[in-house]
Amino acid sequence: MYFSDAHEELRLHIRRFLEKEVQPHLDEWEETTFPDSIFRRFGELGFLGLRYPPEYGGQGGDYFSAVVLSEEMSKAGLGGLAMAVDVQSEMATPPVFRFGTEEQKQKWLVPAIRGEHIAALAITEPDAGSDVAGITTVARRDGDDFIVNGRKIFITSGARCQWALVVTKTDRERGHSGYNLFVIEKGTPGFSVTRTLKKLGMHSSDTAELLFEDCRVPAANLIGEEGEGFKHIMWELQGERMIAAAGAIAGAQRTFEYAMNYAQNRSAFGQPISQFQVIKHRLVDMGTKIAAVQAFVYQTARQWDQGEYPVREISQAKLLATQVAVEVADDAIQILGGHGYMQEFPVERAWRNARLARIGAGTDEIMKEIIAKTYGL
Amino acid sequence: MKIVVTVKQVPDPNSSHVLEADNTLGRDKEVVLDPGDECGIEEGLQLKEAHGGEVVLVSMGPERAKDAIRKGLSMGADRGILITDESLSGADAYLTARALAAAIKAEQADLVICGTESYDGSTGMVPPILAELLGLPQLTFAKKVEVDGSKVKVNRQTADGHMVLEATTPVLITVTAAIAEPRYASLKGIMAARSKEVKQLSLGDLGVESGERAETIESMADAEARKAGAVIEDDGTAVDQIVKFLADAKVL
Repeated sequence: MYFSDAHEELRLHIRRFLEKEVQPHLDEWEETTFPDSIFRRFGELGFLGLRYPPEYGGQGGDYFSAVVLSEEMSKAGLGGLAMAVDVQSEMATPPVFRFGTEEQKQKWLVPAIRGEHIAALAITEPDAGSDVAGITTVARRDGDDFIVNGRKIFITSGARCQWALVVTKTDRERGHSGYNLFVIEKGTPGFSVTRTLKKLGMHSSDTAELLFEDCRVPAANLIGEEGEGFKHIMWELQGERMIAAAGAIAGAQRTFEYAMNYAQNRSAFGQPISQFQVIKHRLVDMGTKIAAVQAFVYQTARQWDQGEYPVREISQAKLLATQVAVEVADDAIQILGGHGYMQEFPVERAWRNARLARIGAGTDEIMKEIIAKTYGL
Repeated sequence: MKIVVTVKQVPDPNSSHVLEADNTLGRDKEVVLDPGDECGIEEGLQLKEAHGGEVVLVSMGPERAKDAIRKGLSMGADRGILITDESLSGADAYLTARALAAAIKAEQADLVICGTESYDGSTGMVPPILAELLGLPQLTFAKKVEVDGSKVKVNRQTADGHMVLEATTPVLITVTAAIAEPRYASLKGIMAARSKEVKQLSLGDLGVESGERAETIESMADAEARKAGAVIEDDGTAVDQIVKFLADAKVL
């Protein structure tokens, strides 16, 4: 209904690539984080530009090709690496593609699609995450440059990135005006990584705090129209939430299948535990929730693919899919019992990784505020 | 250089197989491009990338075998030919080779690449018969191929190393899985494959008579299940028992 046979063929190639070249290293990368070279490999195979046009090195696919990648990464348990790939292809580069000039696209989009540049997106600050209107990173014009001052936190790929798309304001006043998005390259004087952060999950990705101190950024690095950054970043967030929903529900499906298989093979009191009604019904609830949310995620992705701007549905899909992913992972831990709590079984990692998605890209609470607004509440 | 690669659609190695009443494989199961052929296609593509030319995939099978050809086209092959005909159902190696030979002859290929044997039939007879029918020298069990003008040099896999063989084009080679790691198709390649030509030919188109089968499969039997080994409890004589066991097996 949503996927053509070309999508399914792509899915098989992605799956085989992940099985062969990524999954064998995942446990190690949980300890060490993944090497930058895996991004070049993703790039070589076209997986970082599935839906960008061929003139920028992209594959010319539709939104569902990005959904296929996101699903397969979730189903293969990529965790932090999947997040970094999504940041690259579905968060940091889309504004450059949509609002950037030809020169900017050649300079930053093309190498990101090839996997030669790793990109980050810097919105959140120590004192402003959900409250995007409350950010205080300031970019003041100075001739042909902007001087950027501020601090960004929880930035995926922040330490390893070649450039970050940074959300700034012209002054510290609250409100939606004076927002500007800049590509700021690593190595620009005044741009430093102050620390990398230890997290509950997503261990294979690096998460950093960035500091901008009188960081002089050429006006040529301004992405989109001056002062229109708020609108641009709101657009970006829709894509970010959409892909988060697609990845979350695919991850839930993987965890569900694992738990179901476990329950059918684990015996207690003389029979497979899947035959106990309490376990059986729990599995049924997990599968049913996933099926319903999956259908809604696809329906919303189709709207997004067709160029609609369905803010309510995207927020609902993100809210529900990420909640269900956490619930399913929690159920799976319960079904596995002590094994579920152990690192040698995959469900505790699934829970730790899934938990982030109810916070990142807009918390549950912010999703509800947005949805409420669309109802006129 | 024009390169023909023979490809076959086979039951998915990851699914269980069902035999029909006439001992042929049931094909309503999940089917895939023969994994061995993917290696042949990869080698063909690498040779084309190095020397220019065209890679043509030739297959024989039911209409759905087009999917197997399509997969090779996604990897980058240029076009495909599918020989499909009711009367080819259950074809033996000789008829298969005659049909393939008729289609390949018309292509005037410089190089014909075949897998050593198909994953399902495993007769290993089609490539040699094909070489004979086409009047081509055959370089078999190649794990490496080098082309220099009209010279084709291969390393033939042997039990304890390899031998180097050389022939002049046109030539048929059979390749082992060690020849090349098949590439992942890109989405661009997959979409481009949708508009590549796959010509469908019947035996009539090729002027081939199906004739009597030279071979039929009389029966099939499963390999004998591995017997449980002997368990030796150590009552002080275990070492002697094990030594005797190894001596009886003539490994000592």
